[in-house]
Amino acid sequence: MKDRLTRRKWITTGLAAAGASGLVAAARLADRYGLIPPDHGGIYGAGETLTYATQRLLMSYHSLAREFDRSRISKVIPVNGPPPENETYELFREHDFEDWRLVVDGLVARPSAFSLAELKAFPSRTQITHQACEEGWSFIAEWTGVPLSYVLNLAGVRPQARYVVFLPLDPFWDSLDMPDAWHPQTLLAYAMNGEDLPAPHGAPVRLRVARQLGYKSIKYLARITVTDTLKNIGKGWGSYSPEIGYSWYAGI
Amino acid sequence: MRAGSVQAVVREARHCAVVRITHWLTTVSFGGLLVSGFAILLAHPRLYWGETGAVGTDSIIDLPLPFVLTGQSGWGRYLHFLSAWVCVLTGLVYALYGLSSQHFRNDLLPARADLSWTCLSRVVSNHLHLKLATAEAFASYNVLQRFTYLMVVFVLFPLMIWTGLAMSPAITSVFPVLVNLLGGQQSARTIHFVVAGFLVLFLVVHVSMVCAGGFRSRVRAMITGYTTSIKVRA
Repeated sequence: MKDRLTRRKWITTGLAAAGASGLVAAARLADRYGLIPPDHGGIYGAGETLTYATQRLLMSYHSLAREFDRSRISKVIPVNGPPPENETYELFREHDFEDWRLVVDGLVARPSAFSLAELKAFPSRTQITHQACEEGWSFIAEWTGVPLSYVLNLAGVRPQARYVVFLPLDPFWDSLDMPDAWHPQTLLAYAMNGEDLPAPHGAPVRLRVARQLGYKSIKYLARITVTDTLKNIGKGWGSYSPEIGYSWYAGI
Repeated sequence: MRAGSVQAVVREARHCAVVRITHWLTTVSFGGLLVSGFAILLAHPRLYWGETGAVGTDSIIDLPLPFVLTGQSGWGRYLHFLSAWVCVLTGLVYALYGLSSQHFRNDLLPARADLSWTCLSRVVSNHLHLKLATAEAFASYNVLQRFTYLMVVFVLFPLMIWTGLAMSPAITSVFPVLVNLLGGQQSARTIHFVVAGFLVLFLVVHVSMVCAGGFRSRVRAMITGYTTSIKVRA
């Protein structure tokens, strides 16, 4: 009887240990392959992780969001909120963004700063895509800009890079994982429907992330930082969005 | 108790474990989906047809609800996806079980005889006259119940999943056909809402019928798997 109890105890302890270390190993492996979103904690973390991991595992990194014909461009393009009301932004705007620079730093070989004219001189991409706001409304517009991948290649991304952080002139900072950062439709857009980006739409340059909800395409860019961890930025959840209750990954 | 009579507690198997567990997991996750879906809808309670739509464009329905932008669509979407995962994985287990165990064929597919005009009209008239099912009828589903369950399992839930995926800009970049077949992202959103309405209608009728048929005994059957009745034999 005593023997059996000990044996049972050994077996259960062994199984529990194997299970626990298996889970730890699985979590580590998932993290290494970029399958765990930075906002994986809390009660909703499991659902968020499943969505993100499944999409990253099952989907092509290069699948293109649908593009449309010019005739499909929406007549109504709503705006959520006014442009930033700080002095820095107003000064840039007064001088037609001539003093504005887009800083690229972090894990790059050549930290750089680009003017608007320099960005406009780079090879550009124009795409007509659908954007849905998380609220439920949507529109189709034409966007022109430099592919983010072009600028990243110019700066020379170091191999340990895992995220690209975007710091704008308003509080809505955000970040992308490398698959979305290298994605051909991810643009640093300076024009909408063939004209310079209007201020409320993110002038001088905004991000365009075609495979995610609208709030991921943040406006008024100022700085791009390549990093291997998001832990020391804000609350460590990868974006301002989770800090106000919205998920970091908006591919849904 | 009269002298000479024998009382026996009759225990009859009703629902197997897989059906019971998946039923309650679906109940919980459907509750989560309903609450969070409503929270998301409140951020923009207008419905459109086609690819795009916004305030300032024509809608097909303006729901009599206020626009609420207090951040509830944030936790709403988190909860919606968590619940959707529970619901879809549960549904997958149920569907695989239903196919392999013949549950669908035996318990849900109507028998050929049940599809005769006389049989159909009798069942419909029983329902219209609010005639409660007899004990024997309780043991298996009538043809209307079978149709309803088949619709819910094979039409409404799959449509919810399809229209849900069709609203995802990441999923449709891989499978554009999901949204193109529906006529656009806003059409998918509208169909998602309408089908959710049908599922709520099903829920209301389902719970009403459970109440009409004996709430305690039917809920007990879905929890324990058995119906118990006391039969008096002479």
